Amino acid sequence: MIRLTYLAVLAGCLLLTLPLDRVLGLRVLARWRRLVLAVLPVAAVFGAWDGYAVARGQWWYDTGQTVGIALPHRIPLEEALFFLVVPTCSVIGFEAVRACTGWSCGDERATQRSRRSRK
Amino acid sequence: MSYTVAACAAVGAVVLLDFAVLGTRLLGRRIFWTAYGIVLLFQLIVNGVLTGRGVVRYDAGAIIGVRFVHAPVEDLFFGFALVTATLVLWVWAGRRGVDRRGSEHRSSASGGGAQRSRKSTREDRGEGAGRTRRDP
Repeated sequence: MIRLTYLAVLAGCLLLTLPLDRVLGLRVLARWRRLVLAVLPVAAVFGAWDGYAVARGQWWYDTGQTVGIALPHRIPLEEALFFLVVPTCSVIGFEAVRACTGWSCGDERATQRSRRSRK
Repeated sequence: MSYTVAACAAVGAVVLLDFAVLGTRLLGRRIFWTAYGIVLLFQLIVNGVLTGRGVVRYDAGAIIGVRFVHAPVEDLFFGFALVTATLVLWVWAGRRGVDRRGSEHRSSASGGGAQRSRKSTREDRGEGAGRTRRDP
């Protein structure tokens, strides 16, 4: 059971945030192209950093608390999932704040510009 | 390079990405800091569990030694860089119209294109709840 510690933490993150996508109508998962563009490059860089740090012995994982599937550079599967799950949850959280407050973040400008040019 | 140096460099790189490279200037907006505050709360919980239970362990020589809710303070910078870089790319991709299916949004001179743009603006503000029925 303890081998599921890390996986359970990730599942908890998803259980808390994924419902928001539907309940608040955020459409983050529906806009998957944009999500992939935001998440994958960052995950690649931080995954490489992780591999570098593990190779240098700066940190390591307790194999007794992970399911035991190892990726190259002795990175557990959960760590790779972390770089996909946490950023995705962050985007959902960001969009939830926008939905609740109506505050802008700068990506509305392109559509407003095209509206002006039509007049 | 120690974790301390790498973590500080990552924060610097993300600030550069936001202000100089992509020009999203997300770090100057209250929506970002509000969202980040919420994410930070959860990061402290997640990190606290992972480091407190010893799922991740650190070489004392690679960190400065200051800990916050079990985790090395460097983890806060690591998390900030990870989350901020993702949100900067998300907003940047939104400004480029990535979620509006390729070239369609570029034909804004036609009425149809402008209508689609207007709809996208509503969706960007999180008011597109009515359309979730069409999602798979």
